[in-house]
Amino acid sequence: MLESFEALKNWKSAIREQATYRLEILVCAGTSCLSSQADTLLEMFTHEIHEYSLDAEVVLTPTGCFGFCGQGPILKIEPDNVTYVQVGADDVKTIVDEHLNAGRIVEHLLYDPPGQKRSTSEAGMPFYQKQHRVALKKCGVIDPENIEHAIKHSAYEALGTVLHTMDSDDVIDIIKQSGLRGRGGGGFPTGLKWQFTSTTQADEKYVVCNADEGDPGAFMDRSIMEGDPHTILEAMTINGYAVGANQGFIYIRAEYELATQRLFKALSDARKHGLLGQNILGSGFDFDIEIKLGAGAFVCGEETALIHSMEGYRGEPTTKPPFPSDVGFRTLPTNVNNVETYANIPSIILEGQRWFQSIGTKNSKGTKVFALAGDVVNIGLVEVPMGITVREIVEDIGGGVDGDKKLKAVQIGGPSGGVITGDDLDLPIDYDSLQSAGAMMGSGGLIVMDDDTDMVEIAKFYLEFTEDESCGKCTPCRIGTKRIHEILHRLTDMEGTPEDLELLEALCNNVKNTSLCGLGQSAPNPVLSTMHHFKNEYEDYAYRRKKTSYSIDADKCIGCTRCKKVCPVDCISGSVKTVHVIDESACIACGACDDACPVDAIIRP
Amino acid sequence: MSSLFDMESFDQDKVQLLDDYIGNYVAQNNLEALIPALYKAQTLFGYLPAALQRHIAEKLDLPSSHVNGVVSFYAYFSEVPKGKYAISVCTGTACHVKGASDVLNKAREVAGAHGETMSDDGLFSVNDVRCIGACGLAPVVTINGKVHGKINAKDMEKIIQSTKEAENA
Repeated sequence: MLESFEALKNWKSAIREQATYRLEILVCAGTSCLSSQADTLLEMFTHEIHEYSLDAEVVLTPTGCFGFCGQGPILKIEPDNVTYVQVGADDVKTIVDEHLNAGRIVEHLLYDPPGQKRSTSEAGMPFYQKQHRVALKKCGVIDPENIEHAIKHSAYEALGTVLHTMDSDDVIDIIKQSGLRGRGGGGFPTGLKWQFTSTTQADEKYVVCNADEGDPGAFMDRSIMEGDPHTILEAMTINGYAVGANQGFIYIRAEYELATQRLFKALSDARKHGLLGQNILGSGFDFDIEIKLGAGAFVCGEETALIHSMEGYRGEPTTKPPFPSDVGFRTLPTNVNNVETYANIPSIILEGQRWFQSIGTKNSKGTKVFALAGDVVNIGLVEVPMGITVREIVEDIGGGVDGDKKLKAVQIGGPSGGVITGDDLDLPIDYDSLQSAGAMMGSGGLIVMDDDTDMVEIAKFYLEFTEDESCGKCTPCRIGTKRIHEILHRLTDMEGTPEDLELLEALCNNVKNTSLCGLGQSAPNPVLSTMHHFKNEYEDYAYRRKKTSYSIDADKCIGCTRCKKVCPVDCISGSVKTVHVIDESACIACGACDDACPVDAIIRP
Repeated sequence: MSSLFDMESFDQDKVQLLDDYIGNYVAQNNLEALIPALYKAQTLFGYLPAALQRHIAEKLDLPSSHVNGVVSFYAYFSEVPKGKYAISVCTGTACHVKGASDVLNKAREVAGAHGETMSDDGLFSVNDVRCIGACGLAPVVTINGKVHGKINAKDMEKIIQSTKEAENA
């Protein structure tokens, strides 16, 4: 039980002075790496280390996400600063024999960037070079289930500083001056939000961490909670102190089993050491946190809906005002922040607001975590300073578009966002520039799309999602998203008309302007944005001139028969060294022939 | 489907576990205990049939209509039983652009499980889920919670066929 800030500092020094190991093997144990058998690696290493009697010299640490998910399973050996990628079960023995015992680097397991030298460390990988880790600082560095690891890396030091040297106004001033804005999508200034809750008079107040990450294609919050749960607990406690709340809640999706389990572990460890509970670090401040499981509803990202869900109702939003800072959970003042927003707080306290202000653009300070996925070479979790361009993220960090295809667009902001394309790819990313380009920061999904992507289909995909997730409370969203989805269906079924395009645009604007909450107000964005940039694709469907089958360019075809062999519906005819022909009436547009053709003779629809 | 009042056909030990859980759950009011109780019930019984919902409503002194309103609102709760092998195909954006809908259609076709209902042999149920966050492995499928990455329609067919063969052997 830590009874003072001094005791915490002493504990940290004691941990740092503990017997150090010659080598530490950090194995990424995030969901993605675990799915590609990182757990087997952990077991095998434990076995091998024991077998070679290396227990006193080598320590094995399962960590949170390294970010480079596409190259998983990944492991890092410290202090040698060597990273191995795509490590298989067969490689464990090699690493033990070569690296641990003989001190030689296992060359073939190093990351091999196309066209560049193999690199031994993260610093040499283009994937990491433009990244700046603030929210993810301890992810991939510590064992998330071991509080001593967190303490060693300064966990709860910001809390100690706040409790012993600041009053609540000081804390709010620092957060306000830092320029931190909400990372959940809206971008509302965090310090201002804290101030609103702080100034409302009430006997009891609450703080809530919104961990209901529902954007399909986004996994930032989950990775933070899996990799560094203590930072969230620490930040929420600071938030509680600043606004005058003694109870916090984490509202997390039940599907996030690993994150939930690690949060429970962190909670119990923090309580055991007096970092939560009564009289924290001898300051006289009491605070505790409870986990509330959400049950899967995108609309619960909206704070009023989230609060209703916590109270045992359907997750339906209500009009604001009153804002949760006045009337929130159990009708008491409640401050709701997103996971990534919280993850920035301890660093801002420790490093100061000026340090945080120095990162980013004029109106958007700090960094943003993106889940980079889709048709891109390096899939993973990236944290970049605000002001970087989308092109830098896709090309420099992401390694460009997968295969020999071209970049068509980048979707930012998920079902509430839009596509960035052409010159806009060179815009410095911040809340305002994305908004003016017809997209939005959103929670951080960033999906790269190559030139095969059908934009009308993409819009349809998102509308199917929002129609399904609409809570049904307000008519524009309930009926509107359904009708928008129907029109898109009609178009892609080649049953649409040119009038449908006008109808679609008018309907989208209506839903946007008249819906009750953020879900409905932003639901038409994927349609409006793709219509703006790819009007021709909508017209191709509306005028029914869209080709839906593949064909073969007779000038390029060399008659190799590869396409004929892979066609699942046998609609390609031709013999060796003669030009092949696709029966377009039978073609199902699966694209298998295109992938198989060695000379790029297949014409896509 | 059991009748609305038939609690006898349930495993009484599990019913006792559920009742104990509800009895011991500390909440400010019964409403706040509802979602946790539904979790517990779904974990114990696999799904939430009408009689079970009514039982929970009685225990918490809430209208059954409210309980059903909550159950039907959230994607996590299911009112129909799942197959022995619960297949979930991720249809998040990353998986979608990598062909998840083909995988989903193939799974439904080969398993013979459409919509929310399980296959006639009780072996499979197939549903789509929103992003499980393993985008690096897209398209992703989970079978009884275990993640399978980089699955195309053909792989899906093979997995289901071999499961069927193993079950019928």
